[in-house]
Amino acid sequence: MTDKVAAIVKKYGSHSSQLVSILQDIQAEYNYLPRTALDKLSKKLDIPQSHVYSMATFFRAFSLKERGKHICNVCQGTACHVRGADLILEALERQLGVERGQTTADRGFTLETVNCMGCCATGPVVKIDDEFFGHMTNDKVEPMLSKFKE
Amino acid sequence: MASKLKTAKALAALQKKLAEEMDTEKCRISLCNGTACRPYGSNPVADAFKAEIEKRGLADQVEFKITGCHGFCERGPIAIVEPGNVFYQRIQVSDVPEILDNTVQKKAPIERLLFKQDAGAKAVARQNDIPFYTDQQRIVMGNNARLDPTNIEDYIAIGGYSALSKTLFDLQPDAIIQMVKDSGLRGRGGGGFPTGTKWETCRKAHGDIKYVIVNADEGDPGAYANEGLLTGNPHSVLEGLIIGAFAIGSHQGYIYVRNEYPLALKNITMAIEQAEKLGLIGKNILGSGFDFSVRVNRGGGAFVCGESTALMASLEGKTGEPRAKYIHTVERGLWDKPSCLNNVETWANIPLIINNGAGWFSKIGASGNSGTKIFSLTGKVNNTGLVEVPMGIKLRDIIFDIGGGIRGGKKFKAVQTGGPSGGCLPEKLLDSPVDFDSLLKAGSMMGSGGMIVMDEDNCMVDTARYFLTFLEEESCGKCVPCREGVKRMRQILTDITEGKGQVSDLELLTELAAHLKDSALCALGSSAPNPVLTTIQYFKDEYEAHIKDKKCPAGVCKALIRFSIINEKCPGCARCVKPCPTQAITFMGKQKPVVLDQSKCIKCRTCFDICKMGAVSIE
Repeated sequence: MTDKVAAIVKKYGSHSSQLVSILQDIQAEYNYLPRTALDKLSKKLDIPQSHVYSMATFFRAFSLKERGKHICNVCQGTACHVRGADLILEALERQLGVERGQTTADRGFTLETVNCMGCCATGPVVKIDDEFFGHMTNDKVEPMLSKFKE
Repeated sequence: MASKLKTAKALAALQKKLAEEMDTEKCRISLCNGTACRPYGSNPVADAFKAEIEKRGLADQVEFKITGCHGFCERGPIAIVEPGNVFYQRIQVSDVPEILDNTVQKKAPIERLLFKQDAGAKAVARQNDIPFYTDQQRIVMGNNARLDPTNIEDYIAIGGYSALSKTLFDLQPDAIIQMVKDSGLRGRGGGGFPTGTKWETCRKAHGDIKYVIVNADEGDPGAYANEGLLTGNPHSVLEGLIIGAFAIGSHQGYIYVRNEYPLALKNITMAIEQAEKLGLIGKNILGSGFDFSVRVNRGGGAFVCGESTALMASLEGKTGEPRAKYIHTVERGLWDKPSCLNNVETWANIPLIINNGAGWFSKIGASGNSGTKIFSLTGKVNNTGLVEVPMGIKLRDIIFDIGGGIRGGKKFKAVQTGGPSGGCLPEKLLDSPVDFDSLLKAGSMMGSGGMIVMDEDNCMVDTARYFLTFLEEESCGKCVPCREGVKRMRQILTDITEGKGQVSDLELLTELAAHLKDSALCALGSSAPNPVLTTIQYFKDEYEAHIKDKKCPAGVCKALIRFSIINEKCPGCARCVKPCPTQAITFMGKQKPVVLDQSKCIKCRTCFDICKMGAVSIE
């Protein structure tokens, strides 16, 4: 882990002003922000741990908890909302048995929401990992999830 | 790629060479692979085109280009075929061989892939004849369809970076600022502050080190115009930024991009690398002696970071909390140095002004509101997508002519502009012009260009509650009026949507709104009441129906609605039985209406959406 964090920090020239980008890369590597990585980061950049944590908790993109294998992101932007995005979120909560922000017991999925993904015309939109699903309806939820279940 | 350009002449020579190469007899197919076309499957279509062209050895007959957003997202994946300006829509992988045959053999366009407004309408072959495009003026977005955003040579071939060359060698900084002032360009991020004045103040501010910043933290939910531009034509933004830096006297730029826009991030990062390689960014640009470097920073999913001071705090590696602007950021911004921050679209307008002149630009649009504005037209409208219109156009023209009216023959109710800081405007205001001042007068604002259309099935109280819920989550919590005020307003609105509202609530909401407007630290808080105030102003009857009659006329607020089966319409097909997540619907035999158990119904709307007979009613 030390090596990976060091490599990411080096990529950004050890600038603490690049903290958000550094945290994004760490999260991309581990799927969340592991405590040990954040400890390492604070030492590497020579900034207090409290500062690292203030950043990691301020921005909603970051998770301090380990997330599932697949990240299911439900867009809650206005364009998706007026086409019933909250009903899609509820359907996903029912089918996965978790609330938004939570991870399923088998660590298969983490259910998250996002405020806009920039493809409003195709709303309501759900993104699982890197794949987009547009014009979502309640009955499309189950087939969509089954694509990602082993 | 060409080698480093050391003079303006070298750039002009490269431009000439690339333009000549482009001007061949080849057929051109440009496929949109913007973020909105991807959910429709534009990636596999792109792969199919590449594979098929290679398989048949058509590379010297057909030039295939993968481009950014063409705007008409509703009909994606879309492609333009030249010559002929043929517009193909909803292309599937299986259509690819036929499109190629047809293009190479110069046959008539394929009828089934052409645009029709509805099933019975006549097919339109040329893009320029489609009503969605005819009423637009795509001066900023138009080039998206002509270039591959990952190839700087495409941008140079159509005259890209010539405005920069002109800036560095033919114009003095003061003259550039005067041009921008004369053009009448106002900040496209929403506030509408005159760009030239901002630049001038920043140029005159004391200090050797100054910064220029692109605000690409397009946080308004329902707005993706900046995404479309940054993804589809990143060099236009970059060129504008370098010109601005030269005018202001800055040598370092930052581009702050939302992390939710992976494609925009990728394309702008690649654009910078390519511009560096060609010597258009870096030391001694084109031999002019001007140095400029630029860096991309990613956001962390905080809406408040679209606010200039919060964005700069975030750039400094701090939490994105705004500060009071007693001293403006053009005087003391990033690291306390004079900083000029503009929106993506504002920067992209700069090369156009330099190339075509301030006079040309100021003649587009309306008085005091020159130029065009890109809107993301979404919601319950037929033709969704990114539209670029001259300022001063009527809301009605955008929604009904370009947008093709409301989906499914429903009735228009409201249009929401300006994101969470904007408001909902009713039908009676549809003839008001779309410009900074008129929208503000109506209680809304331009914002970063979201335009969300709502129909009779959308509840305005729920919409207000939605925005306040959003703002409550996104409030950074630094100032009390926003942290507490938005929360209380959201609580009152939630009560109303749950049938627990009181008549005095409307007065209380209005009072809270006034305090918030007066005392919040930044625009997030001070404009937060707008969605509430405009919905109370224009849709008071809906609030009253929720409060007095305990009814949601639009059938949205769950606590106030009830689903039931219309027995006369239900053929007993049982399509709704299995999908019901709580087994609330029972099959009673063929030809007999199903029975809905109210105690089990969770009002998820699944049966309503599935039923083709219209046998489910919402009361």
